[in-house]
Amino acid sequence: MTDPLLSVRSLSIGVTRGSTDPTLIVEDVSFDISKGERFGIVGESGSGKSLTLRAIGDLLPRGVEVLAGSIRYNGTELVGMPRSSRRKLMGPEIAMIFQEPMTALNPVVRVGEQIAEGPRRYLGMTRAESMARAIEMMAKTGIPDPVRRARAYPHELSGGLRQRIMIAMALSCDPRLLLCDEPTTALDVTVQHQVLRLLEDLCDDSGAALAFVTHDLAVVNQTCTDLAVMYSGHIVESGTVREVLSDPRHPYTQGLLDSAPDFDRPERPLIPIPGFPPNVASRPSGCPFAPRCPFVVEACRTAMPPMVTVAPGHGAACIEADRISRELVAR
Amino acid sequence: MIDRLKFIPARLVQSLPVALGVTLIVFLMAHLLPGNAALALLGERATDASVAALTEQLGLNRPIWEQYFIFLTRLLQGDLGQSLTYQLPVTDLVFQAIPVTMSVLGYALTLALLISIPLAALAAFRPGGARDLGVRTYTLLGQGMPQFWVGIMLILLLGVNLRIFPVGGYGTTMVDHLYFLFLPSLTLAIAMCPTIIRSLRSSMIDVLGSDYVGTAKSKGAYGVALLRDHVLRNAAIPTVSVIGVNLGYLVGGSLVIEQVFALPGLGSLMINAIFARDFPTIQGVTLFVALFVVVVGILTDVVYTMLDPRVDFASKDQT
Repeated sequence: MTDPLLSVRSLSIGVTRGSTDPTLIVEDVSFDISKGERFGIVGESGSGKSLTLRAIGDLLPRGVEVLAGSIRYNGTELVGMPRSSRRKLMGPEIAMIFQEPMTALNPVVRVGEQIAEGPRRYLGMTRAESMARAIEMMAKTGIPDPVRRARAYPHELSGGLRQRIMIAMALSCDPRLLLCDEPTTALDVTVQHQVLRLLEDLCDDSGAALAFVTHDLAVVNQTCTDLAVMYSGHIVESGTVREVLSDPRHPYTQGLLDSAPDFDRPERPLIPIPGFPPNVASRPSGCPFAPRCPFVVEACRTAMPPMVTVAPGHGAACIEADRISRELVAR
Repeated sequence: MIDRLKFIPARLVQSLPVALGVTLIVFLMAHLLPGNAALALLGERATDASVAALTEQLGLNRPIWEQYFIFLTRLLQGDLGQSLTYQLPVTDLVFQAIPVTMSVLGYALTLALLISIPLAALAAFRPGGARDLGVRTYTLLGQGMPQFWVGIMLILLLGVNLRIFPVGGYGTTMVDHLYFLFLPSLTLAIAMCPTIIRSLRSSMIDVLGSDYVGTAKSKGAYGVALLRDHVLRNAAIPTVSVIGVNLGYLVGGSLVIEQVFALPGLGSLMINAIFARDFPTIQGVTLFVALFVVVVGILTDVVYTMLDPRVDFASKDQT
């Protein structure tokens, strides 16, 4: 296999402001994304999935920093790179789509201008050329009447159109890696489906890789080829989507699957995961899922279980991974 | 855009009652003050007969409502009466003084923005940092320093000691004006800056933390380009109303400044008129200042509309 496009190793992210001892939010996270791959990161609110994605784009909020680890893009180390050179990657190499298209678009700038900004900066286009490019991108994302819509302000467009504008903007400089932070969460289900299809098609056309953060396993199942499940700042399971969803080895992944409706088996009861995720400031020692885990053994509470390979390309950070598989089969 | 500016005529009509109220207050103000204009005009040694004659001539012995009616009728004809001290039409005096005061105000506003925008940005990029602390200390000191004192200090430093700028006067040519008005405008600007910086700083912090600035960063914008394309216009929106409100007060401030720098503007005209009990001139200046505040209010809304496409006063007025 060739070198991955993006390689994240032992990444730790924490809140540094206001305390001498930083609070870790993301701890020791590692994954690879190869060219053209569609990689999903699944987890609930506060699991650190969005921060991991933002760290790749150097878009962490104020007071939150990468504390350790490495992010290599195409062989170049991004952590510690000067901000000015790092920003030059944003657009032509890496682009990002945000969760809430209403707040993620500048309310006082016409959407066409907002799309044209990147091409003007990177592709050396004149104002007119970049506007033509913006209209072309809008047409590509299926926005009807793009010439007129390019002159609209964000508040004049619907949520679905706004998210298409975001997609057009992100893809306007032909990036090789597209970071998506829950891009469909703010949309209703039918529009969500269209937008996902669109993203897939456009990524197929341009060959861009996708890093897709979501809390929705169904979305990952539809869109992604590989996934990582995050819980309380750790990756607890990773592998191909088919492998992980059909044979989950971490009790959290299994809990997620059991608590979401399965349309192939509508009669199956939904089983919630008992308890709440731990507070990041007072995370238990050992496995963070231990207090909620039905398979917990004494060793879980002393040290974070290492990621073990349970099948080729499928890892789980659980010492009981084998037992979980057997119990699932028995069920 | 043009559509959204259709609120202007309606707003002008709405301000008519305000203007009428202003004329009434201006008129009553002069009449409720103690002191007799005729007496003040003729001096301490005037005979009773000459005072009575002048009172008759000025119409000061007529009923007050009649005097107001005459005042209004003349006002509509552009006649604010004769100045009692200068023996010239008040309108001429006011129109001579307006360019001076307006230039100082415009100049001061320009300087204030040139100072405030970089300082606010410096503070907002790292709230709580050393530069932020410095800027905030300045805003606190700036609000505490009286304008006349700042003016005198600037005269002493830049005018008397360093001899870079003239200490008073107005000059004759356009370039002269810019040069002569620098110190008074800077003095006013220093008074304006703290309020503008505080408003701009906090709105810039909000904007810098917003999602769309994240989007702009994800498009590779940083530093000055980020500030210019994605922060400034959004952050300016709340600050515009702050400036609009403060411009009214600043006309009052220019009263003191013009006195310190010996400028022939509205402020000087007003102060001299007050000392001479020159009621028509006091009325004229007050009326103009009041109308200026009304116009600034409308202008603020116009700037608002131009800055923020979501603002639509026009359709709100219709419903």
